[in-house]
Amino acid sequence: MTVSESATSSDSPGQPPAVPGQSPAAPGRPPAPPTPPAPRRGVLDAATDRLRRGDLGSLPVAVGLVLIAVVFSSLNSHFLAPENLTNLALQMAATGTIALGIVLVLLLGEIDLSAGSVSGLCAVVMTLLAVHHGWTPALAVLGALVTGAVIGLIHGLMRTKLSMPSFVVTLAGLIGWEGLMLFLLGDEGTINLPFDRGIARLSDTWLPPWLGWLLVVLLVGAHLAATLVTRRLRGRAGLSTLGVGWVAVRSAGLAVLLAAAVLVLNSDRGVPLTLVIFGGLVVVLDLVLRRTVFGRRMYAVGGNAEASRRAGINITQVRIMAFMGSAMLAAVGGILAASRLAAVNQSSGGSDILLNAIAAAVIGGTSLFGGRGRTYAALLGILVIQSITNGMLLLNVNSSVRFMVTGFVLAVAVAIDSLARRGAADGVR
Amino acid sequence: MPLVLSVRGAAKRYGAVQALGGADLDLRAGEVVALVGDNGAGKSTLVKVVSGAVTSDSGTITFEGRPVRIGRPQDAQALGITTVFQDLALCENLDVVANLYLGTEARHYGVLGEIPMERRARDLLTSLDVKISDVRAPVAALSGGQRQSVAIARALLGEPKVVILDEPTAALGVEQTAQVLALIGRLRDRGLAVLLISHNLADVRQVSDRIVVLRLGRNAGTFETRAVSQETVVAAITGAGA
Repeated sequence: MTVSESATSSDSPGQPPAVPGQSPAAPGRPPAPPTPPAPRRGVLDAATDRLRRGDLGSLPVAVGLVLIAVVFSSLNSHFLAPENLTNLALQMAATGTIALGIVLVLLLGEIDLSAGSVSGLCAVVMTLLAVHHGWTPALAVLGALVTGAVIGLIHGLMRTKLSMPSFVVTLAGLIGWEGLMLFLLGDEGTINLPFDRGIARLSDTWLPPWLGWLLVVLLVGAHLAATLVTRRLRGRAGLSTLGVGWVAVRSAGLAVLLAAAVLVLNSDRGVPLTLVIFGGLVVVLDLVLRRTVFGRRMYAVGGNAEASRRAGINITQVRIMAFMGSAMLAAVGGILAASRLAAVNQSSGGSDILLNAIAAAVIGGTSLFGGRGRTYAALLGILVIQSITNGMLLLNVNSSVRFMVTGFVLAVAVAIDSLARRGAADGVR
Repeated sequence: MPLVLSVRGAAKRYGAVQALGGADLDLRAGEVVALVGDNGAGKSTLVKVVSGAVTSDSGTITFEGRPVRIGRPQDAQALGITTVFQDLALCENLDVVANLYLGTEARHYGVLGEIPMERRARDLLTSLDVKISDVRAPVAALSGGQRQSVAIARALLGEPKVVILDEPTAALGVEQTAQVLALIGRLRDRGLAVLLISHNLADVRQVSDRIVVLRLGRNAGTFETRAVSQETVVAAITGAGA
């Protein structure tokens, strides 16, 4: 909760108050504004503003996660044990990465139904290159990523140049790419990866305890430094700044959260490398989406494609990039899954992977209508879904019940969001 | 006041319909001209001719004394003619700063320059006396008048000489209409030539300096706003006086 909360508020740190006495500007050029004392606006004001707009952020998910933890740990004391939480981290990396790709296309108001199939296909391509053609692991992974990029390019071109709805494009992809994967697998059906080296080692690599702690220090330090530098620059430019107290609270919150995670993981086998890969992708993509011109244009096209086009944005390019990003992240997810299984087989990328990935993105708070959502949605959403799955498996509950519960949670998550927004809309207008 | 834009004899035919039958229009710096007329009088077509959305079949356009050809919207933009359409074209999910700089973001190796953008946005809105308490709030959270103000402010970033406003007060309440009309007055004070298309004669009387009436694709009268009665304008619009 603290991670997403603090990160959300970092881009809306306050507002310059409307100063009535300052307004009468001479006609013509705006006067050089006398640098006013940097206005400071309560963090709570910004938060209540967001709530009033019906923007609950990640609050419901955070509450949901706490509920899940309380319920399952009361039913089975093993649920919150370090070993189980480590397993949880391992289980969620692959589907979580695929969900990250889903977030990208959802931001544009598009959908990618092919992500599961593409993850399976790319994993098979990687395995064939590594096992049958003797490529080094790095080159085989690169081959899988290029395959994903080409597939995404095809999807993007079909969406933009042929004006096909993305639902249909990727539905065709869902069926077609799975067919290609089965074709490549051939009669073998299963190809094993040597589990003691190369790609399979990926999911059996753990950071030594000191490295885990170093990571915490570096992340918190970088976050704090970035916040303070931004604060300084904003203050110098006469813009509103965060209060020092709030900066401290946010960084401390982040530190506590990360430290707790590392403490738990270190008391078992350590921080798994796959979790670092997934978490790294979440953080880097979030920075790309919120801090770069490219990311700004993703949100713009998702919010109002026609307005973006009129503003001179190449919306075709943005859409193609989103589909390529989605397919490449699906490829990464497929590689992580294959690494964990140390094999690829006919069910790679199949069963409920796609549905869980989409559900995770939506539960985490990504809008299906585009323009709203963050990469942390994939992290939080997959955490919810995987916790339920994991908890149910611990309790030895049949998968029928698991599906029903997951479906219920998905419905509730979207209902809360809709109701909050409708309530806000009724209140304002 | 210097003549900025001058249209003579603009004509446009869509199939069997003569949308414009040789209309004239003069815009001067520091003047608000209201373009009024009944539905189908040719207001939109004349605006489209000036903004480059359509090309006229005949007629000439003179910009700052030089004859010009406006074939595409980009031509109009390059001359310094900017149009705020009725649908505003804002991204409701983005904040005010992001909308103001959509497509022209300040950047440093692809990374957004948020601080210079926010600072310039704040200065611009302050100079226009537009009251938006939080420029980091999404546009979806703004009132209709504030959205219109943001759209107009965005049009000013390109440093235009002529601003065309298409029904800027159409869907607004009384107070927000007053805000937008005050903003239009400030555009005039900045020395811009403003063309206001409106159905609302009360707004037109309040903010414009001159009223140009179109009827059936032709000029049906040009009036000094201060000196003309509402009845005279209505008569020109409906053709009752003819």
